[in-house]
Amino acid sequence: MTTVLAAAANSDVPTNVAENVGFAIIAAFMVFGAFRVVTTRNVVHAALWLVLVLAGAAAQYILLGAEFVALTQVLVYIGAIVVLFLFGIMLTKAPIGGDADLTSKSWLGGAMVAVILLGLLAFALIDTFGQDRLPADRRITMRPAAVSQFEATTGISTDGQSEAQLVSQVNDLDGVSKDQRAKLVETAEAIATPHGPIDSNVSAVSDAIFSGYLLPFEVVSVLLTAALIGAIVIARKE
Amino acid sequence: MLLNEFLLLAAVLFSIGVYGVLARRNGVAVLMSIELILNAVNINLIAFAAMNNSISGQVFALFVIAIAAAEVGVGLAIILVIYRTRRTIDLEEVDLMRG
Repeated sequence: MTTVLAAAANSDVPTNVAENVGFAIIAAFMVFGAFRVVTTRNVVHAALWLVLVLAGAAAQYILLGAEFVALTQVLVYIGAIVVLFLFGIMLTKAPIGGDADLTSKSWLGGAMVAVILLGLLAFALIDTFGQDRLPADRRITMRPAAVSQFEATTGISTDGQSEAQLVSQVNDLDGVSKDQRAKLVETAEAIATPHGPIDSNVSAVSDAIFSGYLLPFEVVSVLLTAALIGAIVIARKE
Repeated sequence: MLLNEFLLLAAVLFSIGVYGVLARRNGVAVLMSIELILNAVNINLIAFAAMNNSISGQVFALFVIAIAAAEVGVGLAIILVIYRTRRTIDLEEVDLMRG
């Protein structure tokens, strides 16, 4: 811990009350849902409470500016995994009306472990991250290199500008030679799209996956195939 | 917004998931608790991605989601086989390897 005396990160970011209220409401729903998942006596209800927690997590991802992960969460978790759980419950003939044996007799030990763990985690987190604030603009987007270069050389912001606007701004530039101007106009035409330059979270995620994380991505696809075949082999009747 | 808001929410979910894994007897309910734990980790990853303005956290969260899907598939297949051979998914009765 070298930053004990340093000021908290982003301490100049103002507090956004609406954001905090939204977070608190979603978090309350999530914690209540999670509690019901592990305490309810009906395993079908547990799966339905799990949907609430997963949807809340997706909402938190949106709050953190990760649209793509939020959408994946809804598609994969709520759309596929919960359905798989419900199938598992049906195939193992869990009584629909409730099952008193769902929680083991030694639940108190588990509760103590969980409470101690929570205490330790909370202490460590508050001690380490104290008053660190998240940046106000949390969306991670990808700006193509050409866009950044264009902005740096011309000083023109490309945000939400159409092609015609960009070209007219380039033509208004002072102190640029004829050749340079022609080149800049060419660039402006290339980077401008009907809806402004590409600048989205999805493009940033895909750029990271298909460049730096290409090998792990391929390994995950092999893993999914292996899990699929493994599940079929295990569950198949002899 | 404080970074700790998200981290503490994740810590609460993680602890609830740990409780579920330890206290539940039903195999499917234990798998659900594991999902809670994985989700808590994902919230941490996304929060740190936003904090450090780095896309890597989001990519890792996607990997966690993919691996969670694989884990549920194989886990439910195993529970199905346990049910077929023993007519129960009560984990306290699955004690073949208990010393």
